[in-house]
Amino acid sequence: MSWWNNEAALELLPLLLEGFRITLLATLLGSLVALSLGLVFAFIERTAPEYVRRPVGWVLQFIRFTPPIAQLFFAFYVIRPSLGLKLDALTVGIIVLGVHYATYNAEIYRAGIDGVPKGQWEAITALSLPRNRAWFGVILPQAFRRVMPSLGNNVIIMFKEVPVLSAIAVTEMVRVGKEFTSQHFAYYIEAFTIAGLIYLAASYPTSLLMRKLEVRFGN
Amino acid sequence: MATDTTAAPVEADTLVNGPVIKFDEVVKRYGDLTVLDELDFSVEAGERVTLIGPSGSGKTTILRLLMTLEKVTDGVIWVEGEPLSHMRNSSGELVRANESYLREMRKRIGMVFQQFNLFPNMNVIRNVTEAPVHVLGLSRDEANERASELLELVGLSDKANAHPSQLSGGQQQRVAIARALAMRPDILLLDEVTSALDPELVADVQNVLRDIASSTDITMLIVTHEMHFARDVSQRVLMFDKGKIIEEGPPEQLFTEPREERTQKFLRAVLEGR
Repeated sequence: MSWWNNEAALELLPLLLEGFRITLLATLLGSLVALSLGLVFAFIERTAPEYVRRPVGWVLQFIRFTPPIAQLFFAFYVIRPSLGLKLDALTVGIIVLGVHYATYNAEIYRAGIDGVPKGQWEAITALSLPRNRAWFGVILPQAFRRVMPSLGNNVIIMFKEVPVLSAIAVTEMVRVGKEFTSQHFAYYIEAFTIAGLIYLAASYPTSLLMRKLEVRFGN
Repeated sequence: MATDTTAAPVEADTLVNGPVIKFDEVVKRYGDLTVLDELDFSVEAGERVTLIGPSGSGKTTILRLLMTLEKVTDGVIWVEGEPLSHMRNSSGELVRANESYLREMRKRIGMVFQQFNLFPNMNVIRNVTEAPVHVLGLSRDEANERASELLELVGLSDKANAHPSQLSGGQQQRVAIARALAMRPDILLLDEVTSALDPELVADVQNVLRDIASSTDITMLIVTHEMHFARDVSQRVLMFDKGKIIEEGPPEQLFTEPREERTQKFLRAVLEGR
């Protein structure tokens, strides 16, 4: 098998797995930002006064319609130094991905909230439930249940988007593979096949799990 | 809109021992459509009043106005001698009620809906204790105790931990009744509470309501097409048409010898439709 070098593959595997650890970390923390910030955005769109809602809406549109890689460069090379922030590349990457996907999650949350039947709001009024309780006890749990599959889907999409962080030198898995091939001017097939398989091994079961959840929380 | 303030001096002496509900020239319009047209009527404490009439005649709107799910276009609604749709400003004039005033006034009124509107994310006991805990400030234990009594009253003690989706429509509606009563309202509004139920489930819900009617002195306003139920429970029936009361009287009289031709027609249609 001249096109495949087992020794290189064995040498690559632990390196790639180490990179994969970063990929997972970025996905996990990025999703945490995206899920919580998305909810904040949805709340602003739903409850804030017009003069807050409008500018926030523009900013969200702008973020949604520009590529994450451009946002990444801007955050890393413009915002970070000009504010004098001492953040490492991974942290900047997590924030940028998190904010980017938060704008999508906001739309998902909004649809979920709108989808709660009007009768629920009427029952809330009839019982005089306070606003906080209405949102956190009644509306959001129902909305969340409805949109779980879509939110989960965005986690998977973000997971596959993490290699974009290599642009600001975060050593996630794909970047590790690329560095290895650049050092040797070889082993491209090994590096990217293994990386691809690791991705597949992680995303496929996750998507199955999502589908299960979707059925379990079926609407 | 002029009545916002002009009604004040006239009604200032309304006493608590007067009518428990009083509509004073209440108008409700949706755009060009007038649903209630300068409606006047009142309900005494402990009275059970059934509102009947063709759909669109404004009867459900009356319940929704009382529950503050809708706002009056004009006129004033009084509950236990205090304005509901309005509140008094510092100089004693009536101005539109704000949200915190409404929140207080609402506690006196409970409502049961056609579609039950239970909270699907909470089990039965939570549905019933939610408002007592978070609105009245009861402790969990107190609220649970109150809820258990009410679930017994509606015959669902064994379903306390069930989720609404596991219950039949009739059971859900009985939970909704318990939920409304858990706030100990003075007034209970019943909006076509059996219309969404399968026929064989209607009787259970009606029996529960009969029990409540005979064992408490809660004031009830009932919108229903079930004339037998109306006859059993209510002391007075109001017949609505086009936003006005066209006839009223005790159920025995109104159902057996209605004066108005419109009422006769309506009753005939309801009876034939069943």
